[in-house]
Amino acid sequence: MPPRHSPDILPSEITPPDIYRERRRFMQGIGALALAAGFGATAEAAPARLTGVRADPQAPDEARTPYRDITTYNNFYEFGSGKDDPAARADSLRTRPWTVAVEGAVNRPRVWDIDALLRLAPLEERVYRLRCVEGWSMVIPWVGFSLAELIRRAEPTGDAKYLEFVSLHDPAQMPGQRRRVLDWPYVEGLRMDEAMHPLTLLAVGLYGEVLPNQNGAPIRLVVPWKYGFKSAKSLVRIRFVEKPPRTAWMAAAPDEYGFYSNVNPQVAHPRWSQAKERRIGELFRRDTLMFNGYADAVAGLYRGMDLKRYF
Amino acid sequence: MHGLLRRPGSWLFVAGCLPLLRLILLGVWGGLGADPVEFVAHSTGTWALIGLLLTLAVTPLRRLTGRSGLVRHRRMLGLFAFFYACLHALTYFWLDQSFDPRAIARDILERPFITAGFTAFVLLVPLAATSTRAAMRRLGRRWQLLHRLIYPAAVLGVLHFLWLVKKDLTEPLVYAGVLGLLLVVRLRWTQRLLARVREE
Repeated sequence: MPPRHSPDILPSEITPPDIYRERRRFMQGIGALALAAGFGATAEAAPARLTGVRADPQAPDEARTPYRDITTYNNFYEFGSGKDDPAARADSLRTRPWTVAVEGAVNRPRVWDIDALLRLAPLEERVYRLRCVEGWSMVIPWVGFSLAELIRRAEPTGDAKYLEFVSLHDPAQMPGQRRRVLDWPYVEGLRMDEAMHPLTLLAVGLYGEVLPNQNGAPIRLVVPWKYGFKSAKSLVRIRFVEKPPRTAWMAAAPDEYGFYSNVNPQVAHPRWSQAKERRIGELFRRDTLMFNGYADAVAGLYRGMDLKRYF
Repeated sequence: MHGLLRRPGSWLFVAGCLPLLRLILLGVWGGLGADPVEFVAHSTGTWALIGLLLTLAVTPLRRLTGRSGLVRHRRMLGLFAFFYACLHALTYFWLDQSFDPRAIARDILERPFITAGFTAFVLLVPLAATSTRAAMRRLGRRWQLLHRLIYPAAVLGVLHFLWLVKKDLTEPLVYAGVLGLLLVVRLRWTQRLLARVREE
């Protein structure tokens, strides 16, 4: 696996010192991890465990959000716009059979069966911070593999500049889609270099277990340095395209949600500040970090860009 | 005690305390969800708004039913609205902003939904302060004039809710609809119309 930190950029060049000090620290050992995973399993009727998952050597030294909170406090408008709707209603989602079409500007398009996709690359645990655009955050131990693994197998052509991610559209399984709260299906997008970045994850699990429906089963995107809505759930299509895709939230409110939507405490959402966030489980707000604390790994992708304009 | 519970005002007082009691019990039992602060902010804000709408419903209900005694409960309804607005504001000032005056001032100036909510709260303060019989007597005709501030306060309260929602305006639109209805029935034109319908 390629290193997740670009060694050619000095973090101090692009990152203020206070953010620099927040660099991810190494976790002590697998013992703590197994404990955390075991603890999480007690919350609900346990979903299937994933086997052969490699521990995250770069896991942040931060308390993981409890399994119960991660699986009961969700934005997944396909099941309703309330935070507790997904946990209450996502039972109706059927994750088998399931396919993900990889298509567009690639030499090797393929409709992947989900079980083949699960064996595409070794599964790794990735403990990521998640920052919602609404101003709350969690620390989540995902299981998955870098999206780059899939992209390499598709052999993108020179026309592939962006990736479009499309979520399932089936009002029978997703009751929230019976109302046009968003222009269904849910669409998200990444620039090719963002998609190829080793931090960008295709997640299939949580706390060492199969991903619960309400968290975007059977397979979802996780882009930890962007606001949560960029990480599209329940993917059925990944399309390589030339132009930036029109995402669901850009279509809903273009002045509020930009294509990049990088976590940035200096650029306020038009209706609320992004300077602080409430970490779920904490009483008071804490400072939001540039690129959600991943600046030393990803700031290079945006060098020279006006992040106020490209919000 | 027995006599006290027979008065309808006492029941109203007990009912007004229930939303707070529910929050306390949920807090003790750990039932406030993953983001308890958001839960408390949303709940107290909702009850402040419901309190305002109930207060505004007294006069139309009185006209509709002919029960003039209803007006006796208006003060308690209004004070409950103010009580929950205070809890709501306290949640924001303390748990959201840690009493940081600069952050609060910037928020009020820059974010329309905070501007609306804060203004609505400020407008309610003189109403609560002049809710006593003594203040009513002292202010005379001006009391009624002053208490018309409840109209802009309620409108701003609904706007505050509308503007903070990310998507799916259903819930705030319900409050907007009820408020709209309560305002429309106050128009002289509507009242004439209703009177004519009743005569026929």
